[in-house]
Amino acid sequence: MPDGLQMPFKWPKEGNARVPYRVFSDPEIYKAERDRVFLGPTWQYLVLDNELPEPGDYKTTFVGETPVIVTRGEDGQIHAMVNRCAHRGNLVCLKQRGHTKDGLTCVYHAWRYDLAGNLMSVAFRRGVGGKGGMPDSFKLEEHGLRTLRTDNFAGLVFGTLSEAAPPLAEYIGNDIGGRIGRVMRGKPKILGTTSQILHNNWKLYVENVKDTYHASLLHTFFTTFRISRLTTAGGVAIAESGAHHASYTYGEQRGDNATSDQLYSEIHSLHEDYRLKDPRFLDSVDEIGDGITLQILSVFPNFVLQQIHNSIAVRLVLPKGPDETELQWTYIGFEDDDAAMTERRLQQANLVGPAGYVSMEDGAVGGFIQRAIPGADEECSVIEMGGREHAPQPTRATEASVRGFWNAWRPLMGL
Amino acid sequence: MDLAEISRRIEIEALYADYAACLDNDALERWPDFFTEVCHYRVTSAENYEAGLPLGIIYATSQDMLRDRVSALREANIYEPQRYRHLISGIAIGGKNGGALDVTANFLVVRTMQDGSMSLFAAGRYVDRIQRSESGWKFAQKIAVLDSRQIDTLLAIPL
Repeated sequence: MPDGLQMPFKWPKEGNARVPYRVFSDPEIYKAERDRVFLGPTWQYLVLDNELPEPGDYKTTFVGETPVIVTRGEDGQIHAMVNRCAHRGNLVCLKQRGHTKDGLTCVYHAWRYDLAGNLMSVAFRRGVGGKGGMPDSFKLEEHGLRTLRTDNFAGLVFGTLSEAAPPLAEYIGNDIGGRIGRVMRGKPKILGTTSQILHNNWKLYVENVKDTYHASLLHTFFTTFRISRLTTAGGVAIAESGAHHASYTYGEQRGDNATSDQLYSEIHSLHEDYRLKDPRFLDSVDEIGDGITLQILSVFPNFVLQQIHNSIAVRLVLPKGPDETELQWTYIGFEDDDAAMTERRLQQANLVGPAGYVSMEDGAVGGFIQRAIPGADEECSVIEMGGREHAPQPTRATEASVRGFWNAWRPLMGL
Repeated sequence: MDLAEISRRIEIEALYADYAACLDNDALERWPDFFTEVCHYRVTSAENYEAGLPLGIIYATSQDMLRDRVSALREANIYEPQRYRHLISGIAIGGKNGGALDVTANFLVVRTMQDGSMSLFAAGRYVDRIQRSESGWKFAQKIAVLDSRQIDTLLAIPL
């Protein structure tokens, strides 16, 4: 149990198949998870490797709620530092992104750091006219910005503040790593970004991402157009620890349509008479060549890589309080895309994001849960589709990858 | 300003008033009629727009795609009942572009949810191109450029 938790907490005997609602609202759990999950032995997405091409390029982001600066250093390497001046704790970088020619200077007292976070100079270090200034015992090298370990996987840069996190490739593992690699085939090119403020705990969105069961039930657009149904061939890959997952769907309807229609006939989401007037935006090509038209992948705790037809995006789930989350989207193509492919990606971006035909509901459903659980600290969600384990399954009619998330989260939290 | 220009300005102001009323009064079925058959409608952020990034939060290149957006909102998508109130001001009529006119305008949108909670949902400007047709002015292009990169929860009703 995390230190300092006032109310005793006993996880239900059903294990990962039950999740007490308290974990989505308790401020003490939120505070403990900041230290144990986000500042703990986990890797978190920071930036695309080629998003900061020139030495001096920088971007600010977050590891959990901790503000972070990511730079391209003079040495050509990516560096990441906590965005907090070693002097008095002020934000060193205020802009979302930019370029600097002379390192990073804190606006408060003009302490200056290089692009790797080393303290280079302190204003009036020797005082004025022999008076004031820093004592002789003050050493610049002892007051750099706190640095993160960074590592690159398939053009995605991750960072961690923990010495205990294993190397990134080992953390992600071969299976999930291969599924990242199949999407990140070339040099990414950013098509644009957007962000959503969700009125729910960050874990409710991560559960939603890992929940392969809901997709064709909540998102009626998918079902109606047979873009994805649970009866379409596909499955879910899950890391052994449960931490990461990838759900995948094959494009062609390999199952039997009549059986599928019958299975769905009782469900609200099937509108047989609903047809698009201009379905060109769904024209997609099998750019990877393996027949998988949809892959949703997560790396614990808060990174998502999406391939929905030709719409590719990375999503970062940032906690902003026990009941608020920012969901950041970066939509990408690749440098060798022709104009038709870029247009296709822009058209298919209509499927996702805040106004997405198949993701609009995801922005709201976490908030619906958050609004439903006050007073239900001792009650639990039931996560039993596909059993109580979190092994990979050749179907998406399962909640195995949601259980996987809790299997990875609970030991970190001591719950 | 000569009389022709004054009368054109009044027509264009009426176009924006009518456009706002259509969205705010839940007459979404009429919304695609404000556009030319081939058109460009996009909702984006100032951040994307100023960086020259082409992404749209909504992105459509035909009137039929706008009709599909409306039928999806009516038939497929699930979202809580809500209404918008558009305040459109500062309509600036720019230069002629072929047979079309470039127009920019500011917008503020207050969103009211079914429980009565209200928020300033969106602020930004339209970067538009309008064309005169037999049935009046139509948008050949409408780009809603949001000042903020953040959308609260979701964007269902168009801007």
